[in-house]
Formats: sequence, C-alpha cells, structure tokens
Amino acid sequence: MVAFLVSAIRLGMSLLLGSTGETITEKVGHLNLGIPGIMCVGAACGCYAEYLYFKAVGVAVVPILAIIIPLIAALIGGALMGLLFSFLTITLRANQNMTGLAITTLGIGLSEYIINEATTIFTKGSKYFTAPLIPFTDRLGVFGDLVLEYGVFVYLALAIAIVTTYVLNKTRVGLHLRAVGENPATADAAGINVSKYRYVATCIGCAIAGLGGLAFIMDYLKGNWEYCVDTIGWLAIALVIFTVWNPTIAIFGSVAFGALYVASSYIPGVSFAGKALFKMLPYVVTLLVLIITSMRKKREHQPPQSLGLSYFREER
Amino acid sequence: MAKPIALECRGITKTFGRVVANKNCDLEVYHGEILAILGENGSGKTTLMNMVAGIYFPDEGRIFINGEEVTIASPKDAFAYKIGMIHQHFKLVDLFSATENIILGLEEQKKYNLKVAEEKVDEICHKYGFEIDPRKKIYNMSVSEKQTVEIIKVLYRGADILILDEPTAVLTPQETQKLFAVLRRMRDDGKCIIIITHKLHEVLSLSGRVTVLRKGEYIGTVNTAETTESQLTEMMVGKKITLNIDRAEPQNVTDRLEVQHISSVDALGNTVLDDISFTARSGEILGIAGIAGSGQREMLEAIAGLHHLTGGDIYYHNPKTGQIDDLRNKTPIQIRDLGVRLSFVPEDRLGMGLVGNMDIVDNMMLRSYRKGRGMFLHRREPKDLAEHIIHDLQVVTPGASTPVRHLSGGNVQKVLVGREIAASPTVLMAAYPVRGLDVNASYTIYNLLNQQKERGTAVIFVGEDLDVLLELCDRIMVINGGRIAGIVDGRTARKDEIGLLMTKSQEKEDALHGEN
Amino acid sequence: MAKTEKTLAPLVHIVKRDPGSVTWKYRLLVRAIAVLAALLLSGILITLLTKKNPLAVYGSMVSGVFGSPRRIWNMLQGVAMLLCVSLAVTPAFKMKFWNIGAEGQVLISGLACVATMMFLGSALPTGLLILVMVAVSILAGTIWAVLPAIFKAYWNTNETLFTLMMNYVATQLVDYFLKVFVKDGSGVLTPMPQFGLPVIGNQAYLLNVLIVAVVTVLAYIYLKYSKQGYEISVVGESENTARYIGINVKKVIIRTMLLSGAICGLAGLLLVGGTNHTISTTTAGGRGFTAIMVSWLGKFDPLYMVLTSFLLVFLDQGAQQVSTDFRISSSISDIVIGIILLFIIGCEFFLQYRVVTRKNRKENV
Repeated sequence: MVAFLVSAIRLGMSLLLGSTGETITEKVGHLNLGIPGIMCVGAACGCYAEYLYFKAVGVAVVPILAIIIPLIAALIGGALMGLLFSFLTITLRANQNMTGLAITTLGIGLSEYIINEATTIFTKGSKYFTAPLIPFTDRLGVFGDLVLEYGVFVYLALAIAIVTTYVLNKTRVGLHLRAVGENPATADAAGINVSKYRYVATCIGCAIAGLGGLAFIMDYLKGNWEYCVDTIGWLAIALVIFTVWNPTIAIFGSVAFGALYVASSYIPGVSFAGKALFKMLPYVVTLLVLIITSMRKKREHQPPQSLGLSYFREER
Repeated sequence: MAKPIALECRGITKTFGRVVANKNCDLEVYHGEILAILGENGSGKTTLMNMVAGIYFPDEGRIFINGEEVTIASPKDAFAYKIGMIHQHFKLVDLFSATENIILGLEEQKKYNLKVAEEKVDEICHKYGFEIDPRKKIYNMSVSEKQTVEIIKVLYRGADILILDEPTAVLTPQETQKLFAVLRRMRDDGKCIIIITHKLHEVLSLSGRVTVLRKGEYIGTVNTAETTESQLTEMMVGKKITLNIDRAEPQNVTDRLEVQHISSVDALGNTVLDDISFTARSGEILGIAGIAGSGQREMLEAIAGLHHLTGGDIYYHNPKTGQIDDLRNKTPIQIRDLGVRLSFVPEDRLGMGLVGNMDIVDNMMLRSYRKGRGMFLHRREPKDLAEHIIHDLQVVTPGASTPVRHLSGGNVQKVLVGREIAASPTVLMAAYPVRGLDVNASYTIYNLLNQQKERGTAVIFVGEDLDVLLELCDRIMVINGGRIAGIVDGRTARKDEIGLLMTKSQEKEDALHGEN
Repeated sequence: MAKTEKTLAPLVHIVKRDPGSVTWKYRLLVRAIAVLAALLLSGILITLLTKKNPLAVYGSMVSGVFGSPRRIWNMLQGVAMLLCVSLAVTPAFKMKFWNIGAEGQVLISGLACVATMMFLGSALPTGLLILVMVAVSILAGTIWAVLPAIFKAYWNTNETLFTLMMNYVATQLVDYFLKVFVKDGSGVLTPMPQFGLPVIGNQAYLLNVLIVAVVTVLAYIYLKYSKQGYEISVVGESENTARYIGINVKKVIIRTMLLSGAICGLAGLLLVGGTNHTISTTTAGGRGFTAIMVSWLGKFDPLYMVLTSFLLVFLDQGAQQVSTDFRISSSISDIVIGIILLFIIGCEFFLQYRVVTRKNRKENV
C-alpha cells in the first residue's frame, strides 16, 4: 500500500510539473499542445547534461552539482522550446494548435536524437534525485516513508505548484496574467504589455514542464530512459482540464492520476490486460470533468476565454 | 471664469486615409464644470476625445493640460495627466470582480492587496454615490453596473478629467438620472467632465457649456444657460436641411403583420421586450424610433424567428391564401415553409446578413441555396442575381466573385438589401440600413424601401436619424425600454415629440402598472 | 512642436494586410521560400551531424522516396493514408471545429475491423466479411467522432480537449484488447492477411490508393458544390449568419462530424483491413496529428492537400532514408518535419501582416 502511494506520488509529481507549466501558459491564453514535446526536450537536456557531467568528473561527483546541472539544463531546454513557441504564436501570430503539434513533433525528435548521442541509462545520476532530501526519515516508520522520504523533485513540484497558485491568485502579476488570457484587448487598454506577459509566462511554463520531463525519467523511472515522455505530457494536459486550471487542486489531481496509472501494478488480481484499462481511467475522468464543467457553465471553471487566440491590437 | 482651465486643445486635425475625422478643432474645459460635446453620428466627437485619451495621435495641433503643453501618445500618458475616458464599449474582464478590474494594470509601489483596494473602491462609491459591490463579478452585472465600474476605474486612478462617450446610450432613464446625479457630484468636487452625446435634452439638463462639432469641424461653444434647443440643433445639423425623400401616399393598405403583446427576456433574465403590440400594413413604411438598445433588435429578430418570446403572438395575414398564421417561436425555416415572404436586413451586415469571406454570388445563395433538387448547389441563378444587383444598384466591385469583405460599407449594404428585396417580400424589415453610408448610398436605400412600399410590401424601418424617419415613414412607433412609448403619424408628428417619447422616464407608468 | 518629436511612430509596426492585395504569386513565393529555407536549414543540420556532403544528403532523401518501385509504392501508400485522414478532418476544420481526435477515430475503427477479422473471419464468406468490416469500421469511427460533436453542439464543450482525450481512450482500449486477444501475452497480434481486403493488380497498396483518390475527388465536390458543404462554410465563417438564414447549427456540427468520423473509419479500415491485417497502438502512426497540418496547409482544399500530404510523406520517408544511409538516429525525420512545419506555419505571418518600419512609414505618409 505504502509502495503504491509512494509510486503514485512520484509519478504524480512529474505530471504536476507538466500541468503547472501548461496551466501557466494556458492562463495567458496559450493552448500549448507542444508540452509533450517540450517535456521530452527537458528530460533529454537534463539527462544529457548529467551524462556530460559524469563523463567530465569521473568518480569525483559532487552530489549537489549532480542535481543542479541537470535541473538547469532541463529548465533551459524547456524555456528555449517555449521561446520558439512564443515567437511563432505571439510575434508571428501563428495558429497555436498547429504550432503546438509541430513543436511536439520536433521535441520528440530532438529528445530522441539527444539521447541517442548519450545513453539510455542514467541510473547513476538518478540516485542523487531519488535520495531522500530529508535525512533520517527511514526511522519514522510508515509516516516517514509516505510523507517525507522523497527526493528533490517531489518537494520541488509541490513548491512550484503552490507558488504558482499564489502568484496567479494573490499578486498583481497574477492578476495581469489572467487578464491577458481572459481578455487581451482589455489588458492592453489597461496598459499591460500583452506580448511581454505572454512571452515570459509561456517560457516559464515551458521551463517548468521541462523539469517535469526530467522528473519522470530521473525520479519515477529511476534513470531508465523510455521513449514515452510525451504520453506523460498529454496526461499533464489532461490534468490541467481535470483540475480546472488550478495548480493547487492539481497537487491532488496529479496524485490521483498517478495512482490510476500505477494502480494496476499494485492491486492484486488485476490481469495483464486490465492494466491498460486502468491507464485509460485518467483520460476518462478528465472527459467527465470536461463535460460536467461545460454543462454546469460555472464561469470560474471554464478555460480562459481567449485560449487559443492570437492577439493583434489593431484587429477589431 | 474664476475656475482654472483643465484641458485645452488647439487646432487638432486627424485624418484616416482620405477621411478627415477632425479638422482644426479647438476645445477648452475648466475644472469643476461639465462640458458637453454635441454632434451627430460621425461628427468626430469620439475621435477628438480619443486623441486626448491617447488612443489616437493627432496629425496636427497641440494639447495643453493645466496650461502646459503635453504629448499624449498612449493611454498610459493620458493617465499620467489624470485623464480618463469611459468608452462606449466597456473594456472589462468578465471573470474578474469589480475591484480586480478597477486595479488592473496599475503598477503601484504598495504591495498587492485586494482588501485594501476594495475598501478604496467602497470609499469612492460612498463619496460620489455609486452603488456597487466591489466583489461582484462582471459577468453578473447589468450594463449600468459595468459602466459604473468603468467610471470608478478612472476615478481610482485619480483622474481629474473624465471623458464619457455617449454614456446614456445603454442606460434606462432611471439609470441615466442616477448617472447624472453622480456626474454633478463629481463636478462639485472640482472634476472636469466631458460628455459626448447627440441628445439635446441631456446637454440642457446636465452641462454648463456645450461645444458643437459638425462633420469633423469645430462649430462653436456656448453657455448652456444662454442657449436654446433650436440654436443647438442648428449648430449641430447646420441650417435646416430638407432631405427631400419622396413619400408616396400609401395604397391598398391592409394589415399584414399583427404583433400582439410580445414579451421576452435576455440571457440574464432582464426584460427586453415588454408587451409590445403593433400592426405592420402593406403599402406602408412603419418607422421604429428609439434609443439604441431599447429592444429594436430583439423585436425584429423575434419576428424573423431568431429570438425566443416568453409571451404574445405574431400573426401573419397571408395575402395569397387569406390565412392567418401564428409565427411565434417558429424557426426561420418553418416561417418560410408557411409561405411567409419575410426579408430582414439586420443591423450587423457582415456578421449576420452576409458572410464577409464569401463572394457576392455565394452571399446571394444564403437565402436561396436550399432551392432546387438534389444535394448540389445551383450557382447559376445566384450568379445572375449577383450581376443583376451589381448592375442595378451600381455596386462598385471588381466582380461578382469578390469577397464582400473587400467592398465599402455602402456597397456591402447594397448587396444585402438587394438580396433581401430580390425575394419579393411581403414584409421587409431593415435595421439601421443607412448607418455608415454616404448620402448617395443612403438615398439609394430610401428609394429601394419606397419601391417596396409601392409594390405593396409592409416595410418596417428601424432608424436613428429622426429627420429621416419623419420624411420617410408613414407611421412611427417609438419604443423605450422594451415598451411602446407611442405610435405617431409620420406626416404630422414633430421631432421633439418623438424625442420626448424616446427618452421620457416611464416611472409614472410603472407606478400605475403597480397599482393595477 | 518639439515635444511631439520623441513620440514618433514606433520603430517597427505591424499592420494587417488588405486581403485583396495579396496576390497568389506572392502567396506562392512566400510559401516556396519558407519550404526552401526549411529544407536548407535541415540540410545544414544534417550535414553538421553527419559531416557528409549536403548534396549527398538531399540525394539520399530523393532516392529514399523514388529510388525503387517499392519505395514509390511506399510513398504512394503513405500519401494515400495521410490524405485520407486529412480529408476526414477537413470538413470539421472548415466549420472551425478543432477535431484533433482523428488519431483515436482511426485507431478505434481499426480495432473494430481487427475484431471483426478475428471473430468472424472464418465464419463468414469473404464478400460478406468485407461488408461487415467496412460497416463496423465506419461505425466505430463515427461513434468516436460524434460524441464530442454532440457535447459541442448542446453544451459547447471544448472540442479540442475532448477529442484529444478520446485519442488516449482509444489507444488504451487497443492496448487492452491486444492483451485480451493475444493469449501469449506478447501484445503483438499476428497479421491475418487471409481476411484482408482484396489485393488488386498484384499491388498491395493499389486498392488503398485508388479508394483514397476517389474519396479525394468526392470530398472536393462535396465541399465545393454541395448544399451541405455550403452550410459547413457558412457555419465556419459565422454562426450568427447561419442562424439568420435558418441553418440548424447543432445539426450541421453533428452531421459534419459524422462524416469526419466515417472517413476516419475508412482510414482505419484501409490501414488494418487493407494494409497491416493487424493492429497496434501505433497503427495510426501520428497521422491524426499530421493530418491537421496537411489540411491546414492545404487551405482545406482537397486538391491542394494532395500536395501537402506528399510534402510531408516525402520528408518523412526521405529523412528515414538519410538516417539509414548515414547511420544517424531515425529521429532526424521528426526533427526535419518539425522544422519544416514551423517554417510553413510561421510564414503565414507574412501573408497576413506587413511590417512597417519607421523609415518607410514616413515615406508612405
């Protein structure tokens, strides 16, 4: 049971990072279908950086650097992809759905290329990510195992989700950001630099999503690269809808998704085939949430109003 | 004048392409006064004020604030000079609360604190007598409440010069009175208030001085106390112009469309049509007058089968069969299947009447594409019709396969009216058919409506220019707040009589209804 | 007037082009430049990675597509399948209904088809079996497509997100049934060519190519000359106008998605019944997404879409060849396609907007 929850939480946190990133970009009005590709790139950049670092230092590994270097690489990888997406959709006003899908294609290709240049085994580096951040937790019994014995990513994801919710709802920047996503013309008239907000928010969101990709490989998969980071990306997009654009709800939503995803391995009696059905559940519940919120028409639970639309001031 | 001067414009000129919006305009306003800028639609009032508010940048001229020459290149600059403008189209984020909208875009040094902001909003409300809940979401608000939010937004930013662009266009008479009371209080507080309007009675009841523009040019400024309605009208429209629209005596007048006690509500549950009854007759033009948004659009859409009614009936007297059919809450297709030849020129030409990206031929098909057998379109007839209309109505276009979006406003309207008339309707409804059209195009439209009248169509014409209504229509129905305020004879009615019906408060009648 | 000097027009300013002023020559030029620039960039990239002569790289691409009859047939099959899915999404796109669920619609109909082949294959005579396969595949595709349409029509549920989710539901269903069907637990279903669609002219792909060619022409006629196609355009351009002339918008949305789903069903049938004779979770192979590009790049015109799907298949197959010839990762194909797509998407900007710099603005005034 404990192992199941721990596994669910660890998968959930990489989903949480992805969905927090997507939430930020959606809040400024960007439906970024490039997130799966961006998560791939983030993961690949992080892993590649780890590979280079280990190759450079040999055995003299500084644990903190072994964590920081891949993190920064993943952030930069994600942010650069975000910059590309932003340039096309904001400056060139390209269609967001198209751009996102193309970015995903490109991202998957890039990540596979990068990984092929290195290796698919990062278990050595993964150790540093999965090592419990808080010492002596193994003596605290179940509580310690369940609540405290996580690597850096779980706490990082939680912190990012909470900070994001706070910034979105309780700060001036958040207010402006949401205004840009809801009604860019109004935001523009109020003196908010729409393009700047969109650029910055999208790049930050994509950087966070990039971390999510790295978390999936380094934490959940314990360093064994699998070519399925993009599925986690789509799941993260689903999670955004499931949690009605709120990263704090997403903390619980992500664990729920994680649980559904891994449940089949831990529940006795589930057949080999049944696992596939369990993996379907996150999408089905997301569909239900999407349907129910659209039927209830509660304004707070709808997608940002100008989601998917480019903004051009002189268009009337 | 003891009061200090707040804003002064000298020789402002602005052109858009070849169109001169403002030519050498002057303006001065003092602190603690309400200045009305009066002018007809298209006289350049809004453009002039947009330059003061930083939306446009003047081609020529100088602007002074408190005696100092300034450059206002953006709304931000305008805020810095304490100028705030309340536009006709509100710029609010629906999902946000009043306060969130009010503080949107502000870069204060202080920490972001919604509570404090809400208190400050409350304070402003208290000071000037606004009634609004700072936490209420915009999507739950009435138009008047939204306007209040816009005004508070400007005041919150510490504006001393407030510009209101036709603020009463969307308000009920009661709401208008409330707004005026607030504006007077602000004036007494030393604010400088500029109100753009084309309604004389508002000018007279509210302003201290009036500046009149006509066709982009500055005509003059007078003290309200020393002027009369007729003087202002003359300044506004120039010397009395007779429009010389032909008006034939109605022939063979018979009842065609009988509207009885129709009522409806909008999405928010507010009443938009309240017990409206009238009869449109063949061979006659029935004019509909009223302030914009009094229910004209909903009324026409209800007749066309596009607006749901909560009560009442719409009877159509079929001239062919002699039958009487009830059109209430039927779909446009059902109405057509009953043999009702109803044509409708909606207000929103490119958004409703036509498809901008389609060419003239395909737009002709909008009404007729179902005709003919089989699953395929028949483009021959619409093509002939398109060429016919282009020729007869002198539509300026490179050809019948040009997307209508590329045509000028007048030509777009010719295409739309031409198509609607081509169906040889028994009822023709036209909403603001000459809005934005030049004189020649307008007369083309008047002639077309008159031709329809002469061939026995019941024409319903919703207009905004009272002179036109008075010269074109046989009867004029005035609606006010979703109700009929009166039906007058187009030949004998006076302009001020209609103006009064359009604007008079209906509170008294409300009271009477209440007693019953 | 000294003060106004500092607030001149901004340094660069973007204005919308008058759509009438954009000639087809200009359109062609911009798009051609975009494709060439992207090819050049990809060529440079590959050259840097392989350190081989760039001309050899392009040569390898061309030979990968046209080098042998087999490759040409592969290309034709690729174009046909991609085009088929693209034709499916086009009516919906024209209606501004963002159906990104073609992937799932194709998969689910493939699943239905494979199930029919497995369970009825030996029970029914060939002719009847094929009829059932056709019916079942198309039915499955329509169901998958019409669900989001119903919710869109009645509750305005976001169709992009809805169809996206449906893709993964379909993928997992395929995964599930593969595990149920395949008793050995490998999850790989042995092909059943004996129950497939007939092979004509001794060419495995000929039937597919012919069917898609017919569908292309039909789709072109439907969109351009039929009343229903006209209704789709009106609804896509302006729902308000559609209402005004009495079009039942809900009905059109649902009807169009039925059609969309049916064509996806056909694609599933051709892929499973006509080509692979088996199914896996990757049978649709991302075509549902690529099809969106094809349709959009082809301006929703089935005839242009033949060209755009050829372009994408050419790139994919060519890049695969490059990766084999020069022993680099096959992911190069995704990278090249991604780059080309981004260039083409980006170049639309130059068709819709004009950049006015301060200098030439002055000259204009």
